[in-house]
Amino acid sequence: MTFVNFTPWSALIGGALIGLAAAGVWWLLGRLAGVSGILGAAMNSRGEELAWRAAFLAGLFIAGLAAVVLLPDRVHFDLQAGYGKVLLAGVLVGLGTQLGSGCTSGHGVCGVSRLSLRSVAATLVFMAAGMVTVFFWVQR
Amino acid sequence: MKRAFVAFVCGLVFGAGLIISQMSNPAKVIGFLDITGNWDPSLALVMGSAVAVFAVLYRLALRQGTPMLASRFTLPEKDRPDAPLMVGALIFGVGWGLGGFCPGPAIVSAAFGEPRVWAFVAAMVAAMLVYRTVLRRTHD
Repeated sequence: MTFVNFTPWSALIGGALIGLAAAGVWWLLGRLAGVSGILGAAMNSRGEELAWRAAFLAGLFIAGLAAVVLLPDRVHFDLQAGYGKVLLAGVLVGLGTQLGSGCTSGHGVCGVSRLSLRSVAATLVFMAAGMVTVFFWVQR
Repeated sequence: MKRAFVAFVCGLVFGAGLIISQMSNPAKVIGFLDITGNWDPSLALVMGSAVAVFAVLYRLALRQGTPMLASRFTLPEKDRPDAPLMVGALIFGVGWGLGGFCPGPAIVSAAFGEPRVWAFVAAMVAAMLVYRTVLRRTHD
């Protein structure tokens, strides 16, 4: 096994910002910042409940927009998958996160931090499934 | 209005964290899941760092009794793993490995201008809508 492209500092700083943002949502709004949960629930909510969810999702998108406009050379993005693969992946991610009540943020960050048995189990399963998938189906 | 503003700022910071840590770079995600090849462990540090920050602030906030801008802290009702959780996590993990996207990073990188990301997000949102409107009644 060899380590390739290892970027420990940006990983630690970026991770801390993710944890800080999730803590802001929790401390101020009393909600867990799981992106698939916020996106899914936004589809069935209205008024104030829709407003904060839509605002959070807008914040994610605007962060991406600001980064690519202001610092285009610093944004790393490399997508190998073609249309067929991304469409299938999108359907699986949409379905899987709703059935499984969470994704990398809701289970992997918030749930694991709370030592939720459900989230620890889900995180182990989606990590393992992702690794097996990359091993068999993803060209590297 | 204040809640939506807070959520927007948290979304911005969350998005910045995803970009800095390169969670929003599919090649980086696949490099992390590729444990038998040229493994890039960076994303383990992203999750570790996010969990370390959130785990502390989550508990400090709980000690305050109530969130600053809401009447109570809202947590998921279920606490035991069940079949939908495990199957959902499995499906999500396959989709995550296939494309290199989970929901948060997909929304962030939709701003980067690559049409395949829009295809992923469209498929993900469509699958979530179908699940929430059609399939929901089958298990809860």
